[in-house]
Amino acid sequence: MAFLDLSNLQKFYGTNHVVKDFSIGIEKGEFISFLGPSGCGKTTTLRMVAGFEVPDQGAISIDGQDVVRLKPNQRNIGMVFQAYALFPNMTVAQNVGFGLKIAGKPKDQIAERVTEMLALVGLKDFGARYPFQLSGGQQQRVALARALAPSPQVLLLDEPLSALDAKIRVSLREEIRNIQRDLGITTIYVTHDQEEALSMSDRIVVMHDGIAEQIGEPFEIYNKPASRFVAEFVGTLNLIDATVEDSSTGRVKVAGQHLELGRSLEAVNGATVSLALRPETVRLGRIADGDQTLTGLVEEVSFLGSVVRIKVALGGNHIVLDTFNRTISKPPSIGDQIEVSFPSESVMI
Amino acid sequence: MSKKIWSWLALVFGILYFGLPLLGTLEFSLKMRRGVYSLDAYAAVLNDPQFRATFSYSVIMALFTIVLGVIIVVPTAYWVQLKYRRLRPFIEFITLLPLVIPPIVVVFGYIRLYNTSSWLPLTGSAMGTNILLMFGYATLSLPYMYRAVDTGLRAIDVRTLTEAAESLGANWLTIMTRVIMPNVLVAILSGAFLTFAIVIGEFVMAALLNRPAFGPYLQIMGANRAYEPAALAVIAFAITWACMGLIQLVTRFQKFSRVAR
Ligand SMILES: Nc1ncnc2c1ncn2[C@@H]1O[C@H](COP(=O)(O)OP(=O)(O)O)[C@@H](O)[C@H]1O
Ligand SMILES: [Mg+2]
Repeated sequence: MAFLDLSNLQKFYGTNHVVKDFSIGIEKGEFISFLGPSGCGKTTTLRMVAGFEVPDQGAISIDGQDVVRLKPNQRNIGMVFQAYALFPNMTVAQNVGFGLKIAGKPKDQIAERVTEMLALVGLKDFGARYPFQLSGGQQQRVALARALAPSPQVLLLDEPLSALDAKIRVSLREEIRNIQRDLGITTIYVTHDQEEALSMSDRIVVMHDGIAEQIGEPFEIYNKPASRFVAEFVGTLNLIDATVEDSSTGRVKVAGQHLELGRSLEAVNGATVSLALRPETVRLGRIADGDQTLTGLVEEVSFLGSVVRIKVALGGNHIVLDTFNRTISKPPSIGDQIEVSFPSESVMI
Repeated sequence: MSKKIWSWLALVFGILYFGLPLLGTLEFSLKMRRGVYSLDAYAAVLNDPQFRATFSYSVIMALFTIVLGVIIVVPTAYWVQLKYRRLRPFIEFITLLPLVIPPIVVVFGYIRLYNTSSWLPLTGSAMGTNILLMFGYATLSLPYMYRAVDTGLRAIDVRTLTEAAESLGANWLTIMTRVIMPNVLVAILSGAFLTFAIVIGEFVMAALLNRPAFGPYLQIMGANRAYEPAALAVIAFAITWACMGLIQLVTRFQKFSRVAR
């Protein structure tokens, strides 16, 4: 059995079935993200692990011990909230030392641990301040230090960076991941931001409507999405309607042009299927032999700094593609007729 | 321009409306000795053993009432905020009842329920009656206490703070005393101050339960003397202002005030 084991969790709010048969085994020291749109049940699942909600069915065990009957204050779990939730009436040091004080640790031991934790989150000299004297990012670091101070078995974070601005979000997520790795603490990180999940996690659980649609490493989730939902939610996706011409060889027709997918399709001849393509797999022009090529009209060109994003119209369909901004070649202009190409293996159906 | 004139007029009217009677009372209270201003009335009041006895009785009653009110109201408002939000209108209705039901009805109810031949003869002893009176006072101050505390609780994120403390191992009592109470201290104090003011001046309950409180004493003095009641009124007013000043002081010196200074 895994270190942190959730099996067949179910949760109803009235008749609203919020979590449906959710299972995952998390190894010691693993960093797992729950990724999904708002309202898909991420927070509810996390709160069941923390003990704030009781599952209607299913089991949760930590290190072999069944914890479903334990109250939140008996679970030895560290929690970080989106809203920081620092105690306004306590200094930073008192906040961080709160859990140890509750546990009845001696004063000097608490002071030592508080110093250590504040150093860990880079706020060595902030112990005497009050939360209202800190920026959002600093408050969230304190909240992390506070959650980690009593050495919990599991760390839970519920969208901890959502309230911060973009720059701090990126730097803090690296910091959180580094601290997590250093301490080797088993962690569940809830987010609706795919970039966060992809960049931080050992494994990602993509959630949809109370169900774990796919569990896997970031690479796997991105490149081999198990369902259309996962493919669409994680990363940008071009969807193109195509008519099947020969399902045994994978010949399809898109806006009057033919594509050879080089594999047999499940759909029957004459059926309409939708092809999915990641923007970064599509290239401008004809580059490699054997690539599939389509011709269309440039509809939009957006300059994103290091990358230029081009939207191409193909009959009623659109393809968005990203190309590196090379100083020597000027990007095409709107209305130009251009060719785009992509390897047939990169087409998802 | 004319707008400004109106606001000045309103201000002057307000000052006259509230200030003049006060000034008149103050002036009158100083005229006990014929022809000159003196503090004779104050000396007479402060030296009256009855004043000392009734006033300290009421102060002690007020303190106990405040403690009782805090014990009842803070956890209730906290639970309503945390878990039973749907009950809020119902609880608010209950806390407003003391404004609608006259104290005389409440106290007759008490006397009927707790008289010497009842199952709980509280009125049979002085201590029992004191306790009954304290419950009566707590009821009277309920609307003010509840409203003050509820407002204070709404200003903090009760649920998340509670959960943060819980996940750090805190139990209910610890959360209440170390996390919730300190953060609504100012609200509790303003509720306490209102309770204090109500208890010090309350007449009906104390008189009908026949306890030696300050309210009945004020009434007796008012009916029998001329200058002393004016002095008493000024003293009562000074106490009220002192309480308000104290609240201001506490707010000012609360180190963690969320408003940047
Ligand atoms: N305490 C609650 N009572 C009733 N419904 C709730 C409660 N908490 C969450 N829900 C509902 O459960 C669903 C999942 O919520 P949540 O787990 O918070 O989603 P997420 O964190 O993925 O955005 C939502 O439809 C939400 O409205
Ligand atoms: Mg959520």
